[in-house]
Amino acid sequence: MSLQDVDRSILANRGPGGVKAEEYLQRASVRLRHWLSRYGLLAAFLVFWQAASSSGWVNPAVFPPIDAILSALWRGFFGGALLDDIAISLQRSGLAFVAAVVVAIPLGLFMGQVRPIEQALDPILQLFRQTSALALYPVFILLLGLGEASKVFVIFWATLFPLLLNTISGVKEVDSKLIEMARVYGASRPTVFRCVVLPGAIPSIFVGLRLSATTALLLLIASEMIGANKGVGFQVMNAQYNFQIPLMFAAIFILAGLGLIANYALVFAQRRLCRWSDVSI
Amino acid sequence: MRDVESLRKGEIALRDLSKSFQIGGRSLRVLRNVNLDIRSGECLAIVGASGSGKTTLLRILAGLEAADAGKVLIDNEPITGVGNERAVIFQEPRLLPWQTVLENVAFGLEVRGGHACHAKERARHYISLVGLGDFADAYPKQLSGGMAQRVGIARALTVQPEILLLDEPFGALDAMTKLTMQEELERIWRDENVTMVLVTHDLEEAVYLADRVLVLPKNKDSNAKIIEIDLARPRDRSEVGFVQYRKDLLREFGLH
Repeated sequence: MSLQDVDRSILANRGPGGVKAEEYLQRASVRLRHWLSRYGLLAAFLVFWQAASSSGWVNPAVFPPIDAILSALWRGFFGGALLDDIAISLQRSGLAFVAAVVVAIPLGLFMGQVRPIEQALDPILQLFRQTSALALYPVFILLLGLGEASKVFVIFWATLFPLLLNTISGVKEVDSKLIEMARVYGASRPTVFRCVVLPGAIPSIFVGLRLSATTALLLLIASEMIGANKGVGFQVMNAQYNFQIPLMFAAIFILAGLGLIANYALVFAQRRLCRWSDVSI
Repeated sequence: MRDVESLRKGEIALRDLSKSFQIGGRSLRVLRNVNLDIRSGECLAIVGASGSGKTTLLRILAGLEAADAGKVLIDNEPITGVGNERAVIFQEPRLLPWQTVLENVAFGLEVRGGHACHAKERARHYISLVGLGDFADAYPKQLSGGMAQRVGIARALTVQPEILLLDEPFGALDAMTKLTMQEELERIWRDENVTMVLVTHDLEEAVYLADRVLVLPKNKDSNAKIIEIDLARPRDRSEVGFVQYRKDLLREFGLH
């Protein structure tokens, strides 16, 4: 008798009707408890904010109540005022992120396998990585002007390194015993790369992708605060200058939302690609 | 001496094999002028204290390392590296964690150019031979140590090698699993008609499985010794003859 048979016999023995409702109720309460343990604190925080602001514990001019922020968000979306900003921001960070992926992953896969090249390039990579991209932004502006190019480039620069370094270490940390096993079966270098090195490096590459996505949004805001007239980061600054505090918070919430969406999208992709390993959020 | 016997496959000849390693600027000799003939279809165990070069010898046979001097002939052909007539079972199962049991077992044959469908079909046969028929779609992290090692064995068998090289294959397993695996390995060895070279530090395992046991000396100036195990199979671990062979081997290491 297999486990499935046991299950089936339990199901068969169960009485009809009444038990079902009880079971649903029980399941709902389990789900509610699960939801509360995960999001309870966040909900409490938002409720506290709303209460503190509307009752005047904090200055509502600085911390407007949540409903005011939500209505600013609503107007921004459906009046279309914020949509343009979101579009241009996504375009900037998306372009830079894609460029970083296209450059860093192939370069990292190559560098991780060829030791002399990795050793020769490592010091300069470390130097570049440790130099804050924000500090270099004025240099990029001098070189590329105050337009789109310098903005995209500074984001590209900052996202390149986490991805490159994680790809390299992912390749280097692939178990050499697995590579040897593949060699015993006569695997050629390309086969070893395709069947052992690349799949083995993917979890580490995803760590790099997630770091880079966070960095991309961070640099996006910074670059849009200097010399931009559009974009979510620009809206944060602009709303503050014009004292449209609910709009400012609306823009900040959008940024947080973009960050969350990017992270969840990457986690989802990683789960699809790496079903064999446990992926945590 | 070219008789019928030498036409059979999986015959190994070692001629004046020597190997040294450079450690901290000093040359450390691990194998010195090893000469040995391994018969087709036999099971030869290699035992020796750590540092006696038994694993190095196996790695040279596998083609993973080159000897400094001397040569290895397989079916009268000198080897230059890894080869399709050989398969290795390591101490660790060395499974690809992103592949299922079935994919892992078919891996070796697919790499060797076998058609994917054909490789999977043959892989299924060997998966059930090692008793994992229900686990073909499991991932390595879902398996116990003994099960994972069975997968490694099935992968090696799937390429249907003439020679199976085993490097302390059960060294990492618990005592009970180890005994079961030794029995299964003996059954497989008889059914598959394959030459087996088994490196082990477990003298009982050597007596249980081997036709002959090669004892590598720690002192490189003395010669390697071969002990023939003349016991009927399957062997009984508690029988007087078995115990005596075990004693003889222990004495080789100065133990009682």
